[in-house]
Amino acid sequence: MTTQHISVTVNGEAHEADVEPRLLLVHFLRDSLGLTGTHVGCDTSNCGACTVHVDGESAKSCTMLAVQADGRTIKTIEAMAVGATLHPLQQAFWDQHGLQCGFCTPGMIMQAAWLLGENPDPTDEEIRWGISGNLCRCTGYVNIVKAIQQAAGEMQAAAAVQAGSPVAAG
Amino acid sequence: MIPGQFDYVRPANLDEVLRILKDREGEAKILSGGYSLIPLIKLRLAQPALLVDLRDIDGLDAIVETDDDLRIGARATHRRIHENAIVRDHYPMLEDATALIGDPQVRNWGTIGGSVAHADPASDWPAILLATRASVVCRSGAGDRVIAARDFFLDTFTTAIEPTEVLTEVRIPRRPRHAAGCYQKLERKVGDFATAGVSAMIRLGDDGRIESAGIGVTGVAETPFAATDAETVLVGNAPDDDLYRRAGAAAAAQSRPGGDVRGPVEYKRAMVAELTLRALRTAVERAVAYA
Repeated sequence: MTTQHISVTVNGEAHEADVEPRLLLVHFLRDSLGLTGTHVGCDTSNCGACTVHVDGESAKSCTMLAVQADGRTIKTIEAMAVGATLHPLQQAFWDQHGLQCGFCTPGMIMQAAWLLGENPDPTDEEIRWGISGNLCRCTGYVNIVKAIQQAAGEMQAAAAVQAGSPVAAG
Repeated sequence: MIPGQFDYVRPANLDEVLRILKDREGEAKILSGGYSLIPLIKLRLAQPALLVDLRDIDGLDAIVETDDDLRIGARATHRRIHENAIVRDHYPMLEDATALIGDPQVRNWGTIGGSVAHADPASDWPAILLATRASVVCRSGAGDRVIAARDFFLDTFTTAIEPTEVLTEVRIPRRPRHAAGCYQKLERKVGDFATAGVSAMIRLGDDGRIESAGIGVTGVAETPFAATDAETVLVGNAPDDDLYRRAGAAAAAQSRPGGDVRGPVEYKRAMVAELTLRALRTAVERAVAYA
C-alpha cells in the first residue's frame, strides 16, 4: 500500500506528512502531532469525545481519515485557550462544574463551540440537540447545558462590545 | 479500531472516477462523507482495496427543483439538505428526516448519496425515497441509469448499483398541491439507528379522499421496503384514524423484524403500526394545508 502526502493546517500551524490511507484523523492528531487533548472514546462514532473542527465544521475525528483532511484546516481543544486565558467555554465548564471525569470534555467543548458559532443564543433545548452527538456518562448533562449557556452569554456580550453596540437587556 | 490497509485516490473529475471503477471493478469503493463507510471499514465488515474519494468532483452537491423533481446531488450533506430553503418550504418530510439522521457531526459530513448507496436496513433516507417513489441516478461509462427507489434496495447493504457505477443524484418527485409527507422515527436514544421508521406520502383528491399513498418502512426487515399492502388499504378512501389504523396493521404485517437489543418482534411490529398512524395523521394534515 502506498502512503499519501498530506498538507494540513492544525491550530494555525501547517503540517506536512506521509500517511497510510487507513490512518484515522484522530490518530494523526494524537500520535503524529502529539495533540492528545482530542480523546478516543467509543471509536465507533457514537460518543463524540474525538470531536474537532474541520474547515469550521464539527467532525468526529475517529470517523475521518487523515487523507480526508488534506488541504483542510483543523482546530482542536489545544487551540481554544489563548495563552493562560481559558476560552469562555472552558472557563464556564470550570465554573458550572460541567465535568466530572473530564473524558468527554474536549469533544463536548469543541461541539459546543461549533454550536455557538451556528446559534449564538441557543435555548436549553437547542443546546441539548446540539450536543446530542456527544455522550457524558458522569454529569447527567445539566451542568454542561448551564456551562454552554454561561459561555453563550459571555461570548455574545463580548461580541457586542467588540461591535460597539450595547448589550441587549434581559 | 484500526482499519485494514487500502489505497486511496481523489480523482479530479467524474470520468476519472468511472475509469478507476472500471479498471478496479469490484475492488474499489466510493468514499463520500465517510460516516457510513469508515465505521464498516474499522469493524472490518468491509475491506475494499481502494477508496475513491469524491471530494474534488464539482457539481455533485446541488439541490435544485425542476418541473418534475427535487434533484439532490449525491454529495449534499444531510445538514445542507435540512437547511435548504426549497426543502424547508415545500418538503417537510425531508426536513423531518434530516433533523433526525445520526447526530450534528454526522449530519455535517454524511451525505445523501453515501447513505442511500450504503443501504443500511435501518437508515432513514431509503424510507423517504420509497414513500415518495423517488429515483436514483447512477452513472457509468455508458451514461446515466435512472433506477426507481422501489427497484433499488435489494437486501442488507445491497442495492442495484453496479460496481462500475457511481450514484450521482436522487430525484424526488415534485410535490403537487394537496400532497404531503411525514417521517416518524423511533430511536432508543438520539443518534441511534431507527428501531422502526415510517414515512408516509399522501396525495388527496378534490373530493378529500386519498388519491395516492406511499409508505416507506425502515428498520424492520432485511432492507427498507414499501408497505404496499398499507398503500392499497389507503387509496380511494376518506382519511380518518380508523383507516390509518388499518393501514398501520397492514404495514406491521408486511414487516419482517428480527428481535434484538432494540426490542422483540412483537414490539417492533406494534411500533410500525403506531408510527404509520402518526405519520399518516401529520401527512394528511399537511396535505390539506398545502393548497
